[in-house]
Amino acid sequence: MTIDIKNPSFLLDGEEVPFTEGQTVMEAALTAGSYIPHLCFHPELQAHGSCRLCIVESDNRLHASCTLQANSRLKVSSQTQAINKMRKHIVQMLFVEGNHICPSCEFSGNCQLQAMAYELDMEEGHFHFRYPKREQDASHNDIFLDRDRCINCELCVRASRENDAKNVFSLGGRGTETHLCANSASGKLGDTSLDVSDKAANICPVGALLINDQSYVTPKEDRVYYQTSISLRGNRRPKEIE
Amino acid sequence: MSLLDIDERLLDLIEKVEFGRSPINDIKVPGACDIGLVEGGLCNEDNVRTLNEFRENCSILVAVGACAINGGVPALRNEIDLKDCLETSYLTGVGIVDAQIPNDSELPLLLDKVHPIFDAVKIDYVLPGCPPPAEAFLELVTAVIEGREPNLGYQLRRFD
Ligand code: SF4
Repeated sequence: MTIDIKNPSFLLDGEEVPFTEGQTVMEAALTAGSYIPHLCFHPELQAHGSCRLCIVESDNRLHASCTLQANSRLKVSSQTQAINKMRKHIVQMLFVEGNHICPSCEFSGNCQLQAMAYELDMEEGHFHFRYPKREQDASHNDIFLDRDRCINCELCVRASRENDAKNVFSLGGRGTETHLCANSASGKLGDTSLDVSDKAANICPVGALLINDQSYVTPKEDRVYYQTSISLRGNRRPKEIE
Repeated sequence: MSLLDIDERLLDLIEKVEFGRSPINDIKVPGACDIGLVEGGLCNEDNVRTLNEFRENCSILVAVGACAINGGVPALRNEIDLKDCLETSYLTGVGIVDAQIPNDSELPLLLDKVHPIFDAVKIDYVLPGCPPPAEAFLELVTAVIEGREPNLGYQLRRFD
């Protein structure tokens, strides 16, 4: 491959993807319309590199593509059987780690975790279900926090800090005890300054942060991922689709 | 029961299969059988016994629906101590008359936790969904009869 300094590009699954200085592989791929599976990445926020779904292979090593700087020498594989199998196991681990009861979840059909499971041909949890006991928080007038469904992606944490100029959320605890905290003296969401119009209240990829009057407004067939897979639709919230 | 949603195609299917123990007849013990479709998770000792009988008698065992696959809605009780569950339901809950925890030898004992059926036996195929789409049943059974792998497309693999 000859390197074009003015219009640099790298190879993703054999296709040339153009990039601009400073972009990550994930940013360049999404701009070029190539989907790399992800849950904790959001184009408007700092990358977090934690969900590991965006792993790609380059130089016999695995990298999180949301933190891998693009450069012209990269030859990256993403859609291989081996990588998708790893991604499937990651999604299965996320499912068994929390309490994801899709049939009774208001966010079913709009949920990016569920959509990712469909995308990766996951049919069951594979690992033993942990059924953890997690505290729910209904103290806020407009927003319900259901920690059973939280995947600790920190999108709400970052959105609150970077976009809303607040600091409503953080992750606390260690290992399997890691959980989302509301940053108020009481630890309750109702005692924070979170507002329904905040980005932090409208970014959760799963049904963990729900705005009270927005559940069940859309019939099942019209939900984001009912007909169309996440690789075609992208990671979208219900209001972001036309 | 959502197998019945395949509607008139049930008539074609009946030409090819014979129903053993099922909710639509009164056969109590499963005999030797090619495909066993098991719905529901393991909530009590009777569920475990029935599941083991199915495994012993069925060449292919299929976990049908969310409860069989991950415990489903009944597994919401896994976060609560069983004793608390029973006491709230039968002793201290709202509007309870003649409070007592049912304890009859006819009643199967509850398990401490609700389990997916994978926790007890080997499963050959799964049909996700609550309930799985009728088309998914038809595809699975047809594939097994034809001796090929089932092909469940995007619309046929639902978790809700
Ligand atoms: S509440 Fe939602 S956005 Fe926040 S960390 Fe949990 S899953 Fe991520």
